[in-house]
Parts: sequence; C-alpha cells; structure tokens
Amino acid sequence: MAIGRIVKVAGPLVVAEGLTDAKMYDVVRVGKERLVGEVIVLDGDLASIQVYEETGGLGPGDPVEGTGEPLSVELGPGLIGSIYDGIQRPLEAIQQRWGAYIRRGVEAAALSRTTKWRFTPTAKKGDAVSEGDIIGAVQETTLVVHKIMVPPGISGTLEEIRAGEFTVEETIAIVRGAQGKRHELKLRQRWPVRKARPYREKLPSEELLTTGQRIVDTLFPIAKGGTACVPGPFGSGKTVIQHQLAKWADADIIVFVGCGERGNEMTDVLMEFPELEDPKTGEPLMKRTVLIANTSNMPVAAREASVYTGITIAEYFRDMGYSVALMADSTSRWAEAMREISGRLEEMPGEEGYPAYLGSRIADFYARAGRVVCLGKPERQASLSAIGAVSPPGGDLSEPVTQNTLRLVKVFWGLDDKLAYRRHFPAINWLMSYSLYSEDLAPYFEQRVGPEWNELRREFMKLLQIEAELEEIVRLVGVEALSPSDRLKLEVARSIREDYLMQSAFDDVDTYTSLKKQFKMMQLIKAFYEMGQRALEQGIDIHQIIELPVRERIAKAKFIPESEFDARWQEILNEITQSFEQVMAKAGGAYAERVH
Amino acid sequence: MQREYTSIAEIAGPIMIVEGVSGAKYDELVEIELAGGEIRRGRVLEVDRDKAVIQLFEAAQGLNLRQSRVRFLGKVMELGVSEDLLGRVFDGAGRPIDGGPPIIPEKKLPISGEPLNPYSRDYPNEFIQTGISGIDGLNTLVLGQKLPIFSGAGLPHNQIAAQIARQAKVLGEAEEFSVVFGAMGITFEEANFFITDLRKTGALERAVMFINLADDPVIERITTPRLVLTCAEYLAFERDMHVLVILTDMTNYAEALREVSAARKEVPGRRGYPGYMYTDLSTIYERAGRIKGKKGSITQMPILTMPQDDKTHPIPDLTGYITEGQLFLSRELHRKGIYPPFDVLPCLSRLKDKGIGPGKTREDHAGVLNQLYAAYARGVDVREMAAILGEAALSKIDRVYMRFADEFERRFIQQGEYEDRTIMETLTIGWELLSMLPRGELKRVRDEFIEKYLPKSVRE
Repeated sequence: MAIGRIVKVAGPLVVAEGLTDAKMYDVVRVGKERLVGEVIVLDGDLASIQVYEETGGLGPGDPVEGTGEPLSVELGPGLIGSIYDGIQRPLEAIQQRWGAYIRRGVEAAALSRTTKWRFTPTAKKGDAVSEGDIIGAVQETTLVVHKIMVPPGISGTLEEIRAGEFTVEETIAIVRGAQGKRHELKLRQRWPVRKARPYREKLPSEELLTTGQRIVDTLFPIAKGGTACVPGPFGSGKTVIQHQLAKWADADIIVFVGCGERGNEMTDVLMEFPELEDPKTGEPLMKRTVLIANTSNMPVAAREASVYTGITIAEYFRDMGYSVALMADSTSRWAEAMREISGRLEEMPGEEGYPAYLGSRIADFYARAGRVVCLGKPERQASLSAIGAVSPPGGDLSEPVTQNTLRLVKVFWGLDDKLAYRRHFPAINWLMSYSLYSEDLAPYFEQRVGPEWNELRREFMKLLQIEAELEEIVRLVGVEALSPSDRLKLEVARSIREDYLMQSAFDDVDTYTSLKKQFKMMQLIKAFYEMGQRALEQGIDIHQIIELPVRERIAKAKFIPESEFDARWQEILNEITQSFEQVMAKAGGAYAERVH
Repeated sequence: MQREYTSIAEIAGPIMIVEGVSGAKYDELVEIELAGGEIRRGRVLEVDRDKAVIQLFEAAQGLNLRQSRVRFLGKVMELGVSEDLLGRVFDGAGRPIDGGPPIIPEKKLPISGEPLNPYSRDYPNEFIQTGISGIDGLNTLVLGQKLPIFSGAGLPHNQIAAQIARQAKVLGEAEEFSVVFGAMGITFEEANFFITDLRKTGALERAVMFINLADDPVIERITTPRLVLTCAEYLAFERDMHVLVILTDMTNYAEALREVSAARKEVPGRRGYPGYMYTDLSTIYERAGRIKGKKGSITQMPILTMPQDDKTHPIPDLTGYITEGQLFLSRELHRKGIYPPFDVLPCLSRLKDKGIGPGKTREDHAGVLNQLYAAYARGVDVREMAAILGEAALSKIDRVYMRFADEFERRFIQQGEYEDRTIMETLTIGWELLSMLPRGELKRVRDEFIEKYLPKSVRE
C-alpha cells in the first residue's frame, strides 16, 4: 500500500496526497499514532479523510497509510453485553488498559481474542453449504444462542467441521468452493458497515413489537420490522422512551446506539440493564443487549459511523433468525456530524447547512430495517425494527432531519413539551402522533388479545379527539355550560389520559404493562363510561357520577401487579357496577317518592 | 525544537494567518511576541501545507505583520495545577489578579481534557441538599450532575447560584463543596458580588475563581471555562474533593465562539452560530460527573441568559440537549416578588429519580413531587381560564386548584436568600399544600404514603 503525506488538517478533516491506490470509503491510518480515518472524497491526487479521533498534533508531512479495506465491524460471539464506541472499539477493554479517559490512538480488538466459546456443529462433513446457512451454534449468554453462519459470498462443500472450544480466530470449518477454493470459517466474520447485509426477501409486517408501554401498544403500535421516530424538544423524554423500549420491547436482541448524547445516560444503561429482568425469561436484560456509545464529547466523525456500526450488528443478529430492535438516540446528532464534515469539505450546503444528501442517507439507514426471509438454510424469518430519536432545534418539527425522517418511517411518536411540563409521561401527544401499522396489526390484536381490542382502541381515540374539541368550548364558556353527556365524555377522556396513557417509567409495577392487562384496564374505563351514559339517561346528576369513589380504584389499577391483576380487576369491575346500581337505586327511590 | 516565524500574512479579528511555516501541527499552542516583548498566545486552527491559521486567545491589539514573531511550541495549552490554586483569583487566561504570588505547579494538564470513557463513569445518584425547596423538592440536584440555570437579563440567577454555593451539602458528609467559579464577560459588580459573598461566608478558601470581565478580551472567553474545568478535574479526581463548578454567562461564551467562526468565514448554522456549537458546548458540559473508584465529583451549574427570554434560541436549546435538565427563571414570578422565581413547569432535573427515595431523601418524595407538579400545572391552567371567563365560571374543584397554585408559589417556591431548608422541611410543606386538595385527587401518591404523611387534621 502506498504511503501518503498529510497536506492539510482542519478539525476532524485531513487532506493527504500520494494515496495512489486509495478507494472511496477505504480505511486509512493517519499520522504516527495511526489514527483511524476513512476516505470520503477523492480529487486528483488528493484524498479527503475524516478521522475518527482527535487530530491535535497532526501536521503537513505526517504519513497516511491505506489499508485497502472499507470500515468494517467484527461479528461473532462476544458482542452481546459489550459496549463499543462508534467504530466498534470495546470501551471496557480500553478502560482496563488505558484508564478512565479515552486517549488517542488506542486500539483493542472488538471481540476478545482469548475467550473460548463452545461451538456445537449442526452441519456435518460433506454437506453442501451456501451463504447464510447455519452450520452450528455457540451459547453466547443464557438468553442468546449465537448461530454461526456461512458468511455471504461463500458456498461449496463442507470439507471439515470441528466441535469443541474455540477462540473467534480459530478455524471451525473448511468449505471447498466451486473452483476448488478453500475457505476457512471462523466464529467471527467481518462486514463493511456502510453496506446492508443481504437477505433473501422482504416481507410485510404483521406482528406486533410489544413494548409494554400503554400509549405505544394501544394507540400507536410498531410492528416487528417496522420503523419509528421519536422527535421532541429537550426535556420531553425522548431518552426515557428509548430506554423503556430497549428494556421492555419483546425483541430477542436489542442494539442501543447512543449517538452524540450524554455520557451519564450510557452509564445509566450500563448500570441498570444488568439489574433489570427480562419479563419473559427473568434473565438480566444485558444478556440480550449490545451498546454503541459515542457521546457528544467524543470525536465527531466516529459519531457519523456509530449509526452504521449499530445497524450492521443488528443485521447480523437478524440474519440468525432473530427479531432485533435497534434504538438510535439521537439521529439528529448523526445528521449534525454529517453537516460538520460536509462543512469542512466546503460542499455546497442544502437546507440549514445540512448536506444535500441528508435525505438519501437517512433513507438508506431506515431501509435497512424490515421483516425478511434470511439467506440460507434452514429457512427462517426475522425482523429488524429501527427506532430513531430526533432532536429538532427549538422543538421545531419543520427542520430537515425531522422532515426527511417522517417521509420514511411509519410510526411517529410526537413528543410534546407541554405534556412533559405537567409531568404527563410518556409525553407522546395523542393528537399529533400516528402509526401506519394499526390496521395491519388489527388481526394480530384480535387473535392474540381479544376481538374487542380494536374497537376499544378506536373508541379511546375518538374520545380523546372529542375532548380536544370540547376543551376549546370550555375555554370560551366554562365547563358548567356543557351538556351532562359532554361532561361525562370529558371526564372519561381525562381518565384515559391520566389513568391509562400516563405511565411511570420509574414505578416497579407501572413501568411495564402486558397486553392482557392493557386490555383489561381499557375495559374498566369503558365499563365506567357505558354505565355513566346509562345513568345519565336515567336522569342521574352528572356530579354524582363524577364523584363516585370507585374512580380512584380505576385510576390506581395500573399499580396492581400482573400476578394479582385478574382477581383485583374483577373486584373493581363489580364495584363499578355496584356503585352505579346504588346511585340509580337511590335516585330511583327519590323519583318514585316524587311521583307518589 | 522551537520554530520562530515573522511571516504573518494576515490578522483579522481573532484570526491570524502565518505563511511559510513548516512542521506546524493542528491544535498546537502558539506564542506571539510583540515588538515590545509582550507575549500573546493562540492555537493552530488549521494547517494547509505551509500556511497556518491561528486563533488568538488574547486581544489582537498591538499586533503587526512585520515586527511580531510567532513561535510554535509543539504542545497544547496547559494549566499548572496544585492545591495552592484554592483561595486564589485569576483572570480569564489564568493569570493571578489577586495580588498573590504565581502558582508553583505540581503538574501541568492540557486544558482541553480528554473524553471520559462512558464505561468508566459512575452514575450520579447521590442527593445534594441545596436548601432550596424548588430544587431539592422538585428538581433534585445530584452529585456529578450538570444542571444549568436558564435565566434572562435582570433576573436573580447570581443570587441563586451564590445561595447554592453557600448551602450545598451531601447529607452525612462533613466536608463542604469546593467551588470553582468561571466568569465570562460579566460585569465587575457581578464578579464582585460572588467574591464578596464567598469571602463573607468563608467559602473563598475552598474556591478558585477565573474571571473574564465584560471589558476583558472577548476571545479569552473561549479558554476560561476550559481552565475552570481542568482545575475542577484536578481537585475532584486527584484531590478527592466534591467540586461545584459555576460558569456564568455561557451566552457570552457562545458569542465568542460565533466571533471566531465568523472570522474564519465558516458556513453559519442557526442565527449565525457555528454548526459545531453543539459538539463544542458538549466538550464543556460533559466534563461533569463521577468516575468509578474515585471519591471526588464535579457538579456543574452553568448559567446562561436567554436572549429575549427565548428558550428556542440556539444557546439554551443546544445546552438543554446536553445538560441533565434545566432550571428556568420566570420574569413573571420575579415581578410578583417571589424569590427564587423558578418557572416551575419547564424546570427539570433528569437525574432526580436516582437521587431521591428511601435511604436518600424519603420514600414518599417521588409521589409528592409528581403530585405537586400535576396539581400546580392544573392550577396554572385554571388561573389562565379564570382570567378569560372570570372566577365565577370555575367549578368548585377548579377553584381549589387555583388557590393551590397561589399557595404553592407563596409557601413552597418562595423562600429567603439565606433560608436553608432541610429536605424534610421541604417535604412537610409539600404535604401541607397537598392537604388543600380532596383526597381523591391525590392519584400520584401511593395510599400507604397518604396514610403516613398527610397531615392528620385533614384526613378525618
């Protein structure tokens, strides 16, 4: 490889000459410290390079060495439970070797070179194999069986396959290709981050990604393999929602990308996830999670790469047949990193200084999500759901990152700072948000939860919409001017908001609600509404209905643990019925007296 | 190897271009010797073949093209640190201005710092009692947090910062906070207020001050917060102290940043601020926190004045995206004579949930604060409605909420500048206020806590 020389350094951008055989997006090593960089523009003899580390101390004349390879990640056992920076350097190993601060030029293998994994083959010698075929497995954590696949591009006859304990670099199988070419397979493979991993076929989404968050599952559900975005001004709870989804979504694997956000938030995930139990298996959540952390004060170019690193790892697990969910917090920081590099390249800016290719980059990213038929045998379906937070400046949703994202994603959870100010969390605005999956998922809810689910959902949405209209009137003429039936609607809508949609991420019970419990909670509110309507028809005063003490029990139903819920639910339902019967009996008596 | 050049080609504002340079490195420290022997400093912003673009740290006044000499020092800017820094006052570039002797450094640290490995961070979860109900009760500050005050011109943010500096303590620890104070472009009166206040309470001995006044060179303001944080990191992580960093006013810092960017003719982002301002601000704010295995901590309280009280302005906006919450001050409450005039609803401490509860404050804290917030929010809504419709149009319960909002501002938020409330006192006031509401309205608090803490007289 030719060695080039630096001619210019401007922040994270370095220009070098003499890199004669460099290709676009090749990784290069910059300076004596061999900092990692990537070629992003070629112009005559000059190559512009974005450097993934601080460039202080570099100057004209320093060497630049090409590697001939694009920016790639290592894929294999050891990913789960790890925390990486934007270019997949393991932060734990870096701390052990270099201390609390991240020095420049540090290098560590993404996957441990010494850990031995027990490999159990499922294919046998003489089998014909091709790309994507599963040839064996490693029990990576108690939650994850890491399937070992034939890397894309390789096919032939399995000449040898070994069982036993191996490091990621030892050969576990040998494939003899068509022209007699010999491929040594290892537990690990490499893949360039900017290229989507192949699959056989894309499928429409039809299964729910259960999140345990009531407003999400009930009103704005996301399908497995779906895409969603969470835009909102600061303080509206984007990160808490992302964390909640990472904790409770019923995906097999979670990849969480902290892109240009707070260091303490990543620490929070690191400390909390090993303590939290997966509601399905009771195992620590960390045993299904991979973390990518490129905090706001870490080098900006690596922030640009972090999103690709994350989604490539997610695709790799998808290829094993798993349902994977990726959270990127925040894609705005990723776009800003692109803008910064583009500015240094002195490219012609598009809207608000963002590069003109912003839209296509965002599209490429979300297009890597989806439900697919994986390559190889045995035939398997898998999904990759992508959920991106967006941080619009000043909370203004008309800005380019939000707008470009909304064109692509099918679920929009719009966060509202006014809700956050009154501590209504999650602060997802129910009038502004939408999910294009609700109809696709209707059959799923009908079969899995109950036939009335979709009906209840529509009823709830309608009441919330009516509430917004009635609020307008109340603001003009006061609440006493409303008809009793409108007042009842207003009260029920309030109950939907406060007792159902509002959910505390910090309460041990309330933090996760199963679909069954959601369904039953909805039924309680609905029961109250129906009986209230009937009571009004019988001439009962609205105030009597509003002041029924049973409403407090409906409000607190969310705090009843799942294990006790069925029994207590029946009690509450009975109490609602009795309360109304009493009210009506009393009124009936009074009515009867008046008649006599 | 020291390289000296007299080939300055251009000086424009804070930017200087030197030509015919060989071996200049990006980010390297530069010394400029004036004709009279005076030394100014700067750093390399860009090197392009034999041309170096230099950002001056000090004023350009008196520099000329022919007689000034430029030396490339081959190192980055450093701060000499030792425990002798405590009790001293420096200017914005780190020179003593209190008449004391120069510091004999124990070691020198680069002022730009290195990013802290997220894996090495220890999560901030220890309660700091500031003695101010609006903070302790509602927006609890924890050790290692960065919590800015979003203020406006003419609001008492300095008094609040000084009160926090005076009263902040970690419960159960005898040791008080060390304060590292950074002033960027504030007036002499403001700076003097802090110095006098710290001296009066004897806190100056455990404080270090870096002061760039309004009439000091603008460009020094870019260095000042980095000196402050380098000093704080030394005290916290090498001398095991709990450090409270106060930076005021970050708006002036951002303006200095814009000036450099404009001088370099960079493509401007929103309102002329550079596109990398988010990243730049984060290299300041992210230097707060705790490190696993270290006793000390850095808690940051930056103060910024929002131009025209506009929170969507890029400076508060980008700050809010980096810091762990924010305390807003309200002009309306200030006019009503309420101190501290916290604009309660948009205030937020993101880390509060980890710093409160049993063993830290009290088991009922989370419920109480959520209930107070919800009730106050409704009260404020009702108050607005009453302004349109008149009080007569309100329902009975709405009137209760309106009264609650008034009482909440008067009794909970309002307190004396020298009043140091314990967290128990704060919670007691909270429960007294909640007792104004019908019990059925207390949906955010668990029944067991209502039984235990709601004042008895009301319960029957």
